[in-house]
Amino acid sequence: MLGGILAFLALASFFGLVLGFAAVVFKVESNPVVNQIDALLPQTQCGQCSFAGCRPYAEAIAAGDAQINLCPPGGANLIQSLADLLDLEVLPVGEEEIFQGPIVAIIIEEICIGCTLCIQACPVDAILGAAKQMHTVIESECTGCELCVAPCPVDCIEMLPVKQTLKNWRWPEPQYNVNNKEADTIFTTLDQVLTENVRP
Amino acid sequence: MSLSSTLSHLWPFPGGVKLAGHKTLTNHQPITTAHIARQLIIPLSQHIGQPAEPTVNVGDKVLKGQVLGYAHGPVSAPVHASGSGVVTAIEEHLVPHPSGLSALCIFIDTDGYEQWTERSPLLSSQQNISELSSEQIHEQIAKAGIVGLGGALYPSAVKLKTAEKMHTDTLIINAAECEPYITCDDVLMQKRPEEVILGILLIKKVVGAKQCLIGIEDNKTEAYQTLLKTISGYNTPHCDTQIEIVQVPTRYPAGGEKQLIQVLTGKEVPTQGLPMDIGIICHNITTAVAIYNAVYRDEPLISRIVTLTGGAIKQPQNMEVPVGTPIRDILNQAGLDETKIEKIIMGGPMMGFALPSIDIPITKATNCILVSEKGELASPPPAMPCIRCARCSDSCPMSLLPQQMYWYAKARDLEKVQDYNLFDCIECGCCSYSCPSNIPLVQYFRYAKTEIWDDELERNKANIARDRHEFREQRLEKAKAAKAEAARLRKEKLLKKKALDAKKAKDNAKDNTKGNAKDNDEKNQSDKHSSTDLIQEAIARAKAKKAQQQSQKKNTDNLSEAQQKQIDEVNERRRKRS
Ligand code: SF4
Ligand code: SF4
Repeated sequence: MLGGILAFLALASFFGLVLGFAAVVFKVESNPVVNQIDALLPQTQCGQCSFAGCRPYAEAIAAGDAQINLCPPGGANLIQSLADLLDLEVLPVGEEEIFQGPIVAIIIEEICIGCTLCIQACPVDAILGAAKQMHTVIESECTGCELCVAPCPVDCIEMLPVKQTLKNWRWPEPQYNVNNKEADTIFTTLDQVLTENVRP
Repeated sequence: MSLSSTLSHLWPFPGGVKLAGHKTLTNHQPITTAHIARQLIIPLSQHIGQPAEPTVNVGDKVLKGQVLGYAHGPVSAPVHASGSGVVTAIEEHLVPHPSGLSALCIFIDTDGYEQWTERSPLLSSQQNISELSSEQIHEQIAKAGIVGLGGALYPSAVKLKTAEKMHTDTLIINAAECEPYITCDDVLMQKRPEEVILGILLIKKVVGAKQCLIGIEDNKTEAYQTLLKTISGYNTPHCDTQIEIVQVPTRYPAGGEKQLIQVLTGKEVPTQGLPMDIGIICHNITTAVAIYNAVYRDEPLISRIVTLTGGAIKQPQNMEVPVGTPIRDILNQAGLDETKIEKIIMGGPMMGFALPSIDIPITKATNCILVSEKGELASPPPAMPCIRCARCSDSCPMSLLPQQMYWYAKARDLEKVQDYNLFDCIECGCCSYSCPSNIPLVQYFRYAKTEIWDDELERNKANIARDRHEFREQRLEKAKAAKAEAARLRKEKLLKKKALDAKKAKDNAKDNTKGNAKDNDEKNQSDKHSSTDLIQEAIARAKAKKAQQQSQKKNTDNLSEAQQKQIDEVNERRRKRS
């Protein structure tokens, strides 16, 4: 009887110690939900969601302080995946949040006066330059957040759509509605995109 | 002829559809030759992988067969001039691609002399293949810019290298040509059987395969007979070529790589795997002839046979066309009836795509130009809701579940659609063809595939952006902390100094009671000293800070090559401007 109690006490204290130890050693530094949400966000860091960047927005969503439809670059797809992740209802994309496709910043180098203001504004260090030197954008690193546009005192930064090439082109979603008269697929030839302009 | 006994029966693949062939339009005509085009437009990207890097400049005179662009990157192939003339431009032009987009092309105004670069064939027709090492053949294939001409466009040299490493023992030559209308492989086998067989022997040598099977659909009896005769001519009592030609039932898509392997060997390529995983390498018959030309004639891949067919063409035929010839030229040569044109399709009706214009060049990939007249290619009635009849899955040669995949692709549930093995879909279009509701199933699968690739790209980009952003935050944080620390130190010093002054003042006050003017003087001096000391210290601090900032890691480490190039360009521009 006593032996049994002692044995259980010993076990309990042993596991208590192990668990306590594990809690200290394997402590999760940050909130895993925040990380999961952050992994879905496009990392444009544009602040259009009214937060200071993607991570703060992720934190706000995790804390239940923000809706999931505030991110324009993420668009409907992001809302869908956030809703799936958090088991929330899908919300419509906000009016002004319609995203027009990926863009990048271009600095018109003839006008640039080298004031470094845009460098300070860029959230991902994608602008290169030094004081009184012409600046330029590293296109591959630019997230298209537009944060550099406003600070420029000579208005020499333009946002341009990312150029479509054979590499980044993708098949469009088939445009067909049930019973849509125009939705004719020739045999199976895939040419919805090209119906105009076929004739020489 | 030991092989024929082992191949006593075939293994059918699941699904597939029977299609009207429309092959008699072109499969008995001789191969014609295209007129020399006035201008050749040669795309730098005619293969999977990185586009070739141009080696010529505008104004250069080029000879036929000269390299225009060299292979750039591990998976790439060079491109060559398909005629002699002068390079007049290197710029973007419409290329044959379902997107209807442009890509970099080299424009050559031909001079009509068809002057060749110097050629030195590795072998003459009298010599035996065993005189060559497989490295020599391999090198020649890479140099000639040969790519998989069955449609994959994967650089052949790269594929052969991998096959060699993976010890493939069976070579399968794909001569099935299962798409309706297309007959370019068929006539090639009928008219140039020697080249076909010698090309196959070359591939066999490079791969080190023990046996070789040619799979041909049983509707090409003439080609089959011709090849059979040619093979037996090469088989001597002492030396068996180990090439076996096998007729497979005509059923679309028998020419799919995985389907042909299954029919011939009964083996299934593992899901998302390669034929090489089961010891097999597959090559197209046209690729074999290109390899023959490279070795026996030292001709790079600069022309190919194209089937010109369809109701709007007066003389349907197979034509040997230099790469880069505008489609308009060859259609006119074949007699295009402009009033009848309905669709212009590159490739066959099942897997081809419509062209946005006919001022587009022929590339290494072009096997067929199909110009249909009204009513020739059936336009099915509009799409209706899915009735769950399962005809799509019954017809799928990969045993997939198109109905489910369609459902998830439409809902854009990209994970689920992959669970249904979306990436095993060969886009043959059997499902769309069989669907009684005319749902564009395969279009959805193509859409889903590119959508998944795109998502992956975006995710990678987002991860990089996140890292860069976090790095920046850290850097700003550090800078702020350093500033705060400096401020604190300054304050401390100031306080210390104040305390010291106060003490001195006290002492002085004591001394002053003695009324010693000299002491007062001394105190002033020491005050001066301490202030110059402070300035010195401040300068030192500023210097240290600067040094520290310089030694701090900046975001300019670990730049990719492209970024470095961009930076260099900017620096160059700056230098020029100043
Ligand atoms: S297109 Fe894909 S899903 Fe449809 S039948 Fe062919 S392999 Fe199967
Ligand atoms: S064939 Fe068409 S209607 Fe039938 S199950 Fe497949 S998608 Fe649905």
